[in-house]
Amino acid sequence: MKQHLQNPTKNPPPTTTSGSTGVVTDMRVIVPLQGVVQGGGGGLILGSIIPCALFYFFQLYLKSKNRSGDDSAAPPPPQLPEIDPPGGGLQRVQSRSIWSPRGSNSQVSSRASFVIKQVDNPYYVGLEKSCLDCYDEVCNPGGIIQLGFDENKLSLDVVQDWLMAHTKCSIVCQELQMNGITAYHPFDGLSELKMAVAGFMSQVMEGRVLFDPSQMILTSGVSPAIEMLVFCLADLGNAFLVPSPYSPDLDRDIKWRTGVEIIPVPCRSSDNFSLSTASLNRAYNQAKKRGLKVQGIIISNPSNPVGNLLTRETLYNLLDFATEKNIHVIANETLVGPIDNKNQEFVSMAEIINSDEYDRKRVHIVYGLSKDISLPGFKVGVVYSFNQTVLQASKKLMRFSSVSSLSQRLLVSMFNDSRFVGEFIKINRERVERMSDLFVGGLKELGIKCMKSSRGSYCWADMSGFIRPYSEKGELELWEKLLNVAKINATPGSCCHCIEPGWFRFCFASLTEKQVPLVMERIREVL
Amino acid sequence: MNSRNLSNLKERFVLMAIEIVQPSTVGLSKIAVSDTHGEDSPYFAGWKAYDENPYHEINNPTGVIQMGLAENQVSFDLLEEYLEANLESTNWGQKVSGFRENALFQDYHGLLSFRKAMASFMEEVRGGKAKFNPDRVVLTAGATAANELLTFILADPGDALLVPTPYYPGFDRDLRWRTGVQIVPIHCDSSNNFQITPEALEAAYDHATSMNIKVRGVLITNPSNPLGATIQRKVLEEILDFATRKNIHLVSDEIYSGSAFYADEFVSIAEVLESRNYKDSERCHIVYSLSKDLGLPGFRVGTVYSYNDQVVTTARRMSSFTLISSQTQFLLASMLSDKEFTRKYIKINRERLKKRYEMIINGLKKAGIECLKGNAGLFCWMNLSPFLEEPTIKSELAIWKTIMHEVRLNISPGSSCHCSEPGWFRVCFANMSEETLEVALTRIHEFIKQRKQ
Repeated sequence: MKQHLQNPTKNPPPTTTSGSTGVVTDMRVIVPLQGVVQGGGGGLILGSIIPCALFYFFQLYLKSKNRSGDDSAAPPPPQLPEIDPPGGGLQRVQSRSIWSPRGSNSQVSSRASFVIKQVDNPYYVGLEKSCLDCYDEVCNPGGIIQLGFDENKLSLDVVQDWLMAHTKCSIVCQELQMNGITAYHPFDGLSELKMAVAGFMSQVMEGRVLFDPSQMILTSGVSPAIEMLVFCLADLGNAFLVPSPYSPDLDRDIKWRTGVEIIPVPCRSSDNFSLSTASLNRAYNQAKKRGLKVQGIIISNPSNPVGNLLTRETLYNLLDFATEKNIHVIANETLVGPIDNKNQEFVSMAEIINSDEYDRKRVHIVYGLSKDISLPGFKVGVVYSFNQTVLQASKKLMRFSSVSSLSQRLLVSMFNDSRFVGEFIKINRERVERMSDLFVGGLKELGIKCMKSSRGSYCWADMSGFIRPYSEKGELELWEKLLNVAKINATPGSCCHCIEPGWFRFCFASLTEKQVPLVMERIREVL
Repeated sequence: MNSRNLSNLKERFVLMAIEIVQPSTVGLSKIAVSDTHGEDSPYFAGWKAYDENPYHEINNPTGVIQMGLAENQVSFDLLEEYLEANLESTNWGQKVSGFRENALFQDYHGLLSFRKAMASFMEEVRGGKAKFNPDRVVLTAGATAANELLTFILADPGDALLVPTPYYPGFDRDLRWRTGVQIVPIHCDSSNNFQITPEALEAAYDHATSMNIKVRGVLITNPSNPLGATIQRKVLEEILDFATRKNIHLVSDEIYSGSAFYADEFVSIAEVLESRNYKDSERCHIVYSLSKDLGLPGFRVGTVYSYNDQVVTTARRMSSFTLISSQTQFLLASMLSDKEFTRKYIKINRERLKKRYEMIINGLKKAGIECLKGNAGLFCWMNLSPFLEEPTIKSELAIWKTIMHEVRLNISPGSSCHCSEPGWFRVCFANMSEETLEVALTRIHEFIKQRKQ
């Protein structure tokens, strides 16, 4: 009597190994035919057909609804998604789609899949390759010279001399006792170190700002500092505005584990890559259109990779913008510089925020301490905030990224030796500026112009004249030639999300002066 | 209405709006304001009581004795002795060539010599019954970071990890806070000494499924915290089979592996995998740290050891957020590779912990208190259920408060460890001198005597 129609399933039923989404896909459409079969008056037929028709269409409706429900319930097969196009971000509608589609249970998470795909990112390819085939003057003279990592080895000898004179006894003897170095300690840093750091930072700023240790959080580096702030200031699916070009590390620090998106604010060479309120507004509105809630802006001062210092005016405009939109500002500052104070002043956000004009609770400053004192392998960062809730949460969050007490004790002695610190800052600055002049000069001889910068430990070079075609493709071809033929690892602008092709960042503070001509020779080979 | 009037109206409206609406403070994330850090739980409340009135043999003999902190101070002299004798090789600043070559390592790969040392030490702790490959060692700043890191890698927000109860209260924070991942408990009870059963595993899994939560893995602690007991080989095999059946991950937190009193009573998941020829091992991951076995929590040294290449790669890259300074790595590398030292240390450490354990068990027994039969760790799992007014959490917390304020001992109530039976408490014994332990036992004795009257 009743006919059963098998609905043609477009999708095969999902596998039920996961157990959690066992939904039946094929629905039976039951067409009651009683009314039709039974003869009789038209009225009876109509009286039967109309409800039957309604019933039929109702079932079709349910079926189509169910099918779209199935599609979203069935976990798609694990696949690696497209590489993030530079200059933009992943298109997102749902809050979690920054990561790849979810795989089956025993696969890694979407977060992890997102990280794995980075293997194709030139930034990481370059770093890994140069690790495996590392240049060494004696052992591996044909190896890759690493210019993609901002690491300062120019003043290692100064640090080493100090260490030799001061660490003989401090590590063992009294220090290593119970309730001393080895016990649990406050995760956000020893108070003695915070005080020493506050003193150090004020010394570097030449007394223009006094830092309050109680507003400091010490972290195991700049990356955890930035990541932690992002976790505190934004929810999964929110976004931060970041002026581009920006350091490739920010992609990792801001996005990888937090699920927070980056909206780049493009800056152009025509304006010397400076940040304007107009471009901030444009980016903010773009985010709004995409349904993304912007929670803050992250800037670097000096900027990375361009290397210029933000002017006082830019900082004020930035704070005006943040106040208008009621969002946060994270400023990543490298203090000691190398800053060439003769041409331009380094203005710290801490100085600006001293005046009562702005709401301090929206400003958070990150300092890369170990970079300032060039202590390799040390990775110590400082978060400086006026927001009590952020400070409270951070203190607890630092259990995940705490600095070893051993390192902290060492740093306490070092920072408290203000004579050494003053001397070190001076020598380090001189050496970095000298290397900067040397390197930039060398590039100039090759016909490569660099962005005028604060003469820090890296330079931003315009190699657009040497790429063919004038596009990202051309830029990556040059990058590849530099890496594989010239054996130089530099960071291509596309990894920094620069909208103009052809720019490269060279970090040169790990070189010796002797090595500069060698580097230039190798670059010349591939131009 | 002409445009001028319109704009005036707008202006007036805006002014009114400003008058009425308070200036909004800039918003923070859910993570920043949530209490998932769990620091309001009784587990941490006890610490506050201790901080305010800490016991000191001479200066404050009536103060609170800290028995809620799982720290190992019994073998510290061995470490000191070693370091003093080996100043040259461990002093980072002194060794000229070492300084330069180690100066290269800022990145997440870590010093190869240190990874080798960690792998070697982990093998020693397991009596050579399992082999560890240094290339699978990923360094993190402590086991806390290692557990969080693995959770980020294995699960998405909203997914779940199955964790047997009772468990370390810190997991609520470490596994859930920033990751957005949930914990679904695997209920264990005293009827079989809190061992994990296949039925309990299935029940937990089904419970998660019924709530539409995707289970990504099982996380066990072996030896267990707070039970102070190793997991039997048979049970490990069952858990591994369960994980294989459900096609999920298995994380084994083995941070107390060097604190098992008898070397042959601790079986690592690594041994089980080796006996199966590493079949299906890509779902397994081990967490280790030097904080408990070596008593070096201040150094922040932890590791993720994974048999899964993708997890190793991802963990390495994500470890940028939680690096160990090369100075620390350098100092420990030579110490941990010194097999003569590590063998001696592990042996003596086990003996001393066993002695402490026997001391506290006997002391408690004399007071009429039974404990779970334990064989590892820095604590014992004490049963006060016979002394509860009613078998409820309320009664448990009442007696806990009394012990904290009157007896002045900080111990951890089972409810903060999500124990399904009220009346159990975790009591730490390795973070104090033997004399202090005697004082604590005397106080407990007095307390029970009074209660009986």
